[in-house]
Amino acid sequence: MFILIVGAGRVGSAVAKRALDAGYDVSVLDSDPLSHERLDKDQSISWEDAGGRFTVGAALEVDGLIEAGIEQADVFLAATRGDNTNLVIAQLAQRRFNVPRVVVRVADPARAAWYGEQGLITICPTQHAIDQAEHVVLDA
Amino acid sequence: MYVIIAGAGKVGWNLARELTAKDREVTLIESDHRRYRVVEEELEHAVQYGDATELWVLERAGIQRADLVIAVTGDDEDNILICQVAKEKYGVERIVARVNNPRNMVHFKTLGIQPAVSATDLILRLIEHEVPEYGLVQLLALEEEHLEIIELEVGEGSAAAESRVTDVALPEGSLIISVLRNGAGFVPKADSVIHAGDQVLLILDPGLEGEITPRFAPEGSELPAR
Repeated sequence: MFILIVGAGRVGSAVAKRALDAGYDVSVLDSDPLSHERLDKDQSISWEDAGGRFTVGAALEVDGLIEAGIEQADVFLAATRGDNTNLVIAQLAQRRFNVPRVVVRVADPARAAWYGEQGLITICPTQHAIDQAEHVVLDA
Repeated sequence: MYVIIAGAGKVGWNLARELTAKDREVTLIESDHRRYRVVEEELEHAVQYGDATELWVLERAGIQRADLVIAVTGDDEDNILICQVAKEKYGVERIVARVNNPRNMVHFKTLGIQPAVSATDLILRLIEHEVPEYGLVQLLALEEEHLEIIELEVGEGSAAAESRVTDVALPEGSLIISVLRNGAGFVPKADSVIHAGDQVLLILDPGLEGEITPRFAPEGSELPAR
C-alpha cells in the first residue's frame, strides 16, 4: 500500500515514519526543504535509505503532487499547517486523482464536522483536545 | 439583493462601494484587523471583522439569506472554500470567486467553483483581442450554462468572406451575434454580408470551435487548434 503525506510537520512526519516502519511505501511532500530533517530525526539511517520518498513542492502545484506519486496513492493524508490548504488538496486528491482513502487534518471543529459529512475523513486535533480537557476538568 | 463579499482588498472594497451605490445591501468581511479599521471608517457597519472561511463568521454576516457571495481574498484556497460552503452548505444561489494565481484556475473548475475570475487571464484575453494570435479569441465562457462567446477574424478568401450571414454554414448550436467593422459593431441580420477583415462574435456550445474556425480561415491556411 502506498501512502502520500502532504506536510512534514509534527503530525505528518511522525505518521510517515511509523508507516514506513510498518512496511508501507511512503512519500512525503512539503514546500520547505528543511522539513526533511524531521524525517531523519532519531532514525539510525536517512529517510531515503530507509526507503522513503521526499519531494519539495507547494501543495497546490499539480506537478509536485504527481511527482510525489498522487496518481498511485492508495491513501492521501493532508497535514500541512493550513486548514484551507488541507481541505482543498484533500478534495483534489478525492475528485481529480481518485485516491481511494483521503484523510485531512482540520483544526477548526465546525468545518471538520461539515466536511466529514461531505465524505472526507477528517481528523480534528482541536476537537480531541476539547473532549479530553472536558473529560479531565469535569472529573476533577 | 443581499451580497456578502469576503476580502476587503482593493477589489473587495471597490465592489462594496459600487454595489452599495446601486442600492444593494452589502456586507464585507475582512480578516486583517488594521485593514478592517481603515475600511470601517468609510463603510461603517457594512464591514465585519473576521475570517470568512470560518462558518460562524459567515453565519454572523447572515449567509443564510445571502443571494450572492463574492470571494476576493488574496488566497485561492480561501476563495475556493468560502464559495464552496456558501453554495453547498448554505445554498447560496450565486457565487463569484477570484483566482489569484491563474495556475489554480483548474482547481476552481475541479471543485465546481464557477464563475472564477482571474485578472491575469482577463488581461491576457484583452491582449489577444488587440493582437489575435490564432484568429480566435475566447471572450467569455459560461461553464454552468454550457455556452461561450468567441471572436474570430474573417480571413481573406475564407468561406465566410463576402457571404450573407444566413449562408455561412455554421454547426447547430452556434450563432453570429455581432460584427465588428472599422471600429464599430452591429448586430447582423440574416442578409447582412460579412467582409474579409471583419471581426465576428459568435455564441456557441463549447467544443464547436473546431468546426467553426475553418469557415473563417483565410484561403489555404490551417489554423492551429486551440
